[in-house]
Amino acid sequence: MQALDYVAPNNVDEAISALADGGDRARPLSGGTDLIAQLQEGRLGLDTIVDLKRIPELMAISVSSDSLTIGASVSCHTINSNQSVRDAYPALIDSTHLIGGTQIQGRASLGGNLCNSSPAADSIPNLIAHSVTCHIAGPNGRRSVAVEDFCTAPGRNVLGNGEFLVALEFPTPPANFGAAYLRFIPRNEMDIAVVGAGASVVLSDDKNTIQSARVSLGAVAPTPLFVQEAGDALAGQPVSEETLATAAELAKDAARPISDMRGTIPQRKHLSAILTQRALRIAIDRARGTKTVDELGRLNGHG
Amino acid sequence: MADTKQNGTGQPAANGQNGYKVIGTRPVRPDGVDKVTGRAVYAADVQMTGLLHGFVLRSPHAHARIRSIDTSKAEALPGVRAVVTADDLPVAEDKIEDLGEGAINLKYLSDNVLAQEKALYHGHAVAGVAAVNPHIAREAAELIEVDYEVLPPVMTVDDALAEDAPILLDTLRTDKMGEIGTEPTNLASFFRHQRGDLDAGFAGAHLVVDRTFRTETVHQGYIEPHAATALHSADGQITIWTSTQGSFAVRGQVCEILKIPVSRLKVVPTEIGGGFGGKINVYVEPVAVVLSEKAGHEPVKIVMSRADVLAATGPTSGSNIRVKIGVDADGKISAALAELYYEAGAYPGSPVGAAANVSLAPYAIDNLQVDGYDIIVNRPRSAAYRAPGGTNVAFAVESVVDELAEKLGMDPAEFRVLNGAKENDRRPDGLQYARIGQIETVEAIRDSEHYQSPLEGKYRGRGIASGYWNNWGGQSSATAVLNPDGSVNLSEASTDIGGSRASIAMQLAEAMDIEYEQVKARVVDTDTVSYNDVTGGSRTTFATGLAAYNLGQQLKKEMKRRLADQWDVALGDVCYEDGVFSAGAESLPFIEAAGLVQRDEPLMASSTVHPQDFGPGFSTQCVDVEVDPETGKITILRYTIAQDVGKAIHPSYVEGQMQGGVAQGIGWAINEEYIYDEEGHLLNASLLDYRMPTALDLPMIETIMVEVPHPAHPYGVRGVGEVNIVPPAGAVANAVYQATGIRMDKLPISPARLLEAMWAKEAESAELVPGDD
Repeated sequence: MQALDYVAPNNVDEAISALADGGDRARPLSGGTDLIAQLQEGRLGLDTIVDLKRIPELMAISVSSDSLTIGASVSCHTINSNQSVRDAYPALIDSTHLIGGTQIQGRASLGGNLCNSSPAADSIPNLIAHSVTCHIAGPNGRRSVAVEDFCTAPGRNVLGNGEFLVALEFPTPPANFGAAYLRFIPRNEMDIAVVGAGASVVLSDDKNTIQSARVSLGAVAPTPLFVQEAGDALAGQPVSEETLATAAELAKDAARPISDMRGTIPQRKHLSAILTQRALRIAIDRARGTKTVDELGRLNGHG
Repeated sequence: MADTKQNGTGQPAANGQNGYKVIGTRPVRPDGVDKVTGRAVYAADVQMTGLLHGFVLRSPHAHARIRSIDTSKAEALPGVRAVVTADDLPVAEDKIEDLGEGAINLKYLSDNVLAQEKALYHGHAVAGVAAVNPHIAREAAELIEVDYEVLPPVMTVDDALAEDAPILLDTLRTDKMGEIGTEPTNLASFFRHQRGDLDAGFAGAHLVVDRTFRTETVHQGYIEPHAATALHSADGQITIWTSTQGSFAVRGQVCEILKIPVSRLKVVPTEIGGGFGGKINVYVEPVAVVLSEKAGHEPVKIVMSRADVLAATGPTSGSNIRVKIGVDADGKISAALAELYYEAGAYPGSPVGAAANVSLAPYAIDNLQVDGYDIIVNRPRSAAYRAPGGTNVAFAVESVVDELAEKLGMDPAEFRVLNGAKENDRRPDGLQYARIGQIETVEAIRDSEHYQSPLEGKYRGRGIASGYWNNWGGQSSATAVLNPDGSVNLSEASTDIGGSRASIAMQLAEAMDIEYEQVKARVVDTDTVSYNDVTGGSRTTFATGLAAYNLGQQLKKEMKRRLADQWDVALGDVCYEDGVFSAGAESLPFIEAAGLVQRDEPLMASSTVHPQDFGPGFSTQCVDVEVDPETGKITILRYTIAQDVGKAIHPSYVEGQMQGGVAQGIGWAINEEYIYDEEGHLLNASLLDYRMPTALDLPMIETIMVEVPHPAHPYGVRGVGEVNIVPPAGAVANAVYQATGIRMDKLPISPARLLEAMWAKEAESAELVPGDD
């Protein structure tokens, strides 16, 4: 690792300039849990890192009547410690509790996890399930993209030269909403998802019919996958194991994984179905209010 | 379960629990405060003025001839102080020496440190750089141009023994029990142990089970990476600070590689963050020395990265194993055959010899044959790993034993009691056992609340397995200085990995009838005490403890002699009891006596020991698992280990050893493996993808210390560090069978493998039911 410039702008415009000036040799820094490791291991060579944590907008959590906005550099620990976020978006914690241990969570951010754009990222299927919108700033002003459209290839995303992620906006959940993120790892901690699945449902008032649903998979394609057909197949269907099995099969069909040392194609296809089904069950239980967050936390290996 | 009636000395218990005052208590370790506050100095913490930083360039190929190395660009980089290759090492002799870590060919030892003609594994060291900071050193290494002729890799037993297999070492010839072959080969050696009439034993058997198994390469997984700092002074004196299990083993290897007399080298052991057998071989130490000399006698520190540790140090053998066992109608073993093919890595020396002894050791068998094959492949040179070779073969044997018990309709514990080895029975190689505790460990498990409790629920299963480890005596040296205030400075050279400073000090305190807190134990360098073998072979508490016991006896005797002079009484009239010396009307507590006897002359003692009569260890273990039928993932629900510990000096550290061995064995059983691509590149050289168990993957491991005192040690000590890792893989595999009906014949039983096996079983049962899709 060679010496490089560190800049810490106080506002969005300065950050845009610093990034635009640096071009390919500049990168934004939030918690650095991916970036610093990549620099140290020589997987990435940079001349400038632009620390975004002094920009208030990137460090803010704000709640309005129709949405929650989390600054791109807010740490997972800050999210986990925010009771109003926990109350309104219990499933979000499934991911923020999974990313690293407690010390890493003190630095790692949802924005960083998204911008690192790993196909196996533990937050992205969950963000897709939550219908998150990404707010981006850049030399040409502000723009927004749906989170399922953010990643374009392993380690690549829609951010252009000088652009960076400012915030993630979560729509306020409708009544009878529930979501979940589950991953499969060979161990119970310190691992990368062989497959991850995010799911959300909105149930009818009697909580027996699925009004709408979203399903997303991680680690089974070059980018996290939004499996729209699985959600569509659930809309209007009664809550039943058969309904979930149908969605699970659609998720399995959508998965187009590779075989590598972390998993094989048949294993990943199979797990896509299993995890979709399990995530949907938890999302439904949450929508019905039949399980607590702490119980669910244990499902992901976090007591 | 604990046999507390004897204290191992043959003498009746004097007083206190178990007859001991110190032994069996759980005092605080002398290194505890420094370790929990981060103040303890590990190898990478060594700092000194003018320190240069080293980096080792490693082969990107599994098998390649090195045509040439051009270091000129690296040498020209500002900040670089020295670059070395194998040409900077003396020409090594092609001869075998025992350097305190087993016999080793000196050429192989040297070539593993810096590759000479060939790079034999991905990660093999080819050059070293010293620079003013680690970044420049690394950058310089990237400027070294190595011209490789890439050769096809030989990765497994089957690859290596194939008819047209590429040859790794041109001069290697098979050693078949002393008979040397004539053709180039990858089979380094073959041996056979046999007794009785194998054919008759199988012919007369009521039931025979014959299975083959495969286990993958695994690493010891010590948390502290290798690191060494060397200073080659202008006067020729050399000092190495390093993290090692044996400072004298480092001295021996480095002196042989560099062809220097031992008087020129002092090795200073730092604190050590785990070794498990993997911190005996030298890797960066000789490189740091030659860099230091070439850099103008400045100190050079080399700290290995985690990736380098996994790629270039440690691992223990992957193996192919066949086990065939026959039993009579009553369940007595009538014959047993084991064929062990162990991958040694790039140079000969897999633990197949030790594995052969472990293989059938828990059982009394009249007719047996064990064949061992030591095979070289393009993987890192294998190093010792906790009961080297034992886990592989016990997985195979204990799986077959479990299948036999099942087919006989016998409880697996009763099968092991019926066939259990005891005093005067023989190990596979013929060694006759003294008093051993195998059957006691089986009974401890059989009678445990765990084994007796019901296990309910689908996809849950319980398995048991036994294991053996030889242990070792080895050579130890220690000195003790009596201070006038009654404290004792104990200097010994056994690296303290598992609390041995405490367990050795406790034996000295017990021997002298003083408080543990009065003994200050220190691990010293190679110039301070005489030769001392490695902390390995589960020998330290046994042998260095024996030296400490001797020191206590010597100090007491000399104190009595001086008091007899002082009091003007006959030596035989001076008694020492309950910490008080007395003779007639005279009486003096130890602390006051310590001052009195040293008024005219200081008092110290030294002891060297080489005990040959060390007691082997046995362990039997029980595990409950649950298998997720949809993912193949195994959850360890409950685990109990029973182990014959001889006599637990510091029970907490003994329990820690038992739990640690089980934890590593579980990792080996369910997730740990080296993963290579087709070109022989190691793909998972990180702790992310080399999956050792985390705290969340293990239940509390329950321990049952079975105490069958070892008759040849004053306190009955047996080594306790290793046998605990032998049974876990077999126990887990047997539990998985109970949970799923599948006998897994490959390690690790990873979720992907188990899932595939469950699919195969489903497909098989579907075929058996016509019309059922």
